[in-house]
Formats: sequence, C-alpha cells, structure tokens
Amino acid sequence: MEAVLFFGAAIGALGGAIGVVALRNPFYSVLALIVHLFSLAVLFLLLTAAFVAAAQVVVYAGAVVVLYVFVVAYVGGGGESAWEPIPGQRFLAPLLGIALFVELSVAVLSSALLALGTDGPDVEAGFGDPAAIGTLLLEKFLLPFEASSILLLLAAVGAVVLAGRNREEGASSEHSAKRSEEAPSSL
Amino acid sequence: MTIEWFIVLSALLFCTGAVGILVRRSPMVILLCLELMLNAGNLALVAFSRMVGNQEGQVFAIVVMVIAACEVVIGLGLIVALFRRKLPLNVDDLRELRG
Repeated sequence: MEAVLFFGAAIGALGGAIGVVALRNPFYSVLALIVHLFSLAVLFLLLTAAFVAAAQVVVYAGAVVVLYVFVVAYVGGGGESAWEPIPGQRFLAPLLGIALFVELSVAVLSSALLALGTDGPDVEAGFGDPAAIGTLLLEKFLLPFEASSILLLLAAVGAVVLAGRNREEGASSEHSAKRSEEAPSSL
Repeated sequence: MTIEWFIVLSALLFCTGAVGILVRRSPMVILLCLELMLNAGNLALVAFSRMVGNQEGQVFAIVVMVIAACEVVIGLGLIVALFRRKLPLNVDDLRELRG
C-alpha cells in the first residue's frame, strides 16, 4: 500500500515537474505545477509530516499558484524565440542535468549514512502534527520565526513598490485626475 | 519505502528544475522551475528529518516555504514591472546588465 502510494505520488511529482519544464504555454506550466505540488503533499504525508503537507497545499496551491495564474493572465503567454545566444544550449542543458543527477545519486548511494536504507525510526503518534511543529516554532525557533515574518512583510512592501505605478505614470495620472477635477469647475 | 527512494526522487526533481532554468527563456517559467528546485530541497529536508526521527527538519522546510513565497512575490512584481514598461519578457533580450 505504501509503495503504491509512493510510486503514484512520485510519478505525479516527476510528471508535473517535467510538464512545467516542457510545456510551451506558461498557463499549462502552472497547471502542471499544481499536480506536482499535490503529489509532493502526498509524499510529505508518507514521511509523517502532516503539517508540512497541509502548509504545502494551503500556501502553494492556495496562494502561490493563484498569484501565478493572475500574473500569467495579466501578462499573457507569449511565445519563446528560437534564437539561442549560446549555440547548442538546448542539448547541453539536459546533459548537464543528467550529469548533476548522476553526481547526486552517487553522493547519496555511496554515503556512509546507514540509516538511508531504513524506513527511519518508529515515531510516536504526534510526530509532525501542527501541535508539535507549533511548539518547536514558538519555543526553539522563535527568532527564525520572527525573522521570517519580517521577511514576508518586506517582500510585500517590495512587491507593492515594484509592481505599483511608477513615478512618471503616477505623476501624469495625478495630473489628468486634477485636470478632470478642474474641468467641471471651469464649465 | 526506505528514505533512499525519497532522496533520489528529490535529486531527480532538483535536476528537472535546474534543466528548466537553463532551457526556458520566459521569466515566469524560470520562477516556476525555481519553485521546483526549492520543493525538491524541501522533500530532502523532510526525508532526512524522518530518517533522524527529529521534527526540526520540518521546521526548516516551513522556513524554505516562506522564502519561496517571498521569492514568488518579488519575482512576479518584477515581471509585472517589466510588462508595464513594455520590455520583452525574455531573459535573453534583457541583457543590459551582462558584463
């Protein structure tokens, strides 16, 4: 049963990842990312990380993917040009990826971590549930928790600054707004 | 399933994301591939935390999620800013900063 779940979720995660890379239309790439994220949540559940799986679904599928869909709809798909600044990039990149995978696999399989070949130790029922993670976050990792909240605030402010009206545009629109206000009074 | 399987799957996902970043030109898809790489890192963190029987790796994974959310917000803000200035949404055309 566990093996069936693992291989199903692994195929979903890998298929979603390949879909993100290979699909031409960015909108379909985002849809493939959703498949990838849900499969990954199943994998987290298999690793008894219930809270991380829930956060994965809520944060990614709930917020990040919606943001992507909005921006793709706003900006539009747009085809990619066939022009390559580095000749043969399309063939070299997958070769590099395969080399990276081989290197990582060799590093994992030849490591001295004997526990890699096991299912991990038996854990009590509360392992990885929201209560346990919350206790860890608010006791042992309080400072990183606060730092990440400040980081989120900074990112929100930065996004408003970046994507908000730029200054010239803002000035001209203010100008036109003033003009439209003045127009009725002059009549 | 042994932990090894999860780690190898995580390596595979990471490499897929890396290839995507090298091959694709659209900044949006490059951001998506970055997500793939961060998620692969998350899977490895959670798998190792299960291997050790310690929940601290899961806290790291949650912090990585926060970083990913920040990265998405800033990246999409940049893309919207590029679009508003009518710049091409293609990383090969945006090369003024190249040395």
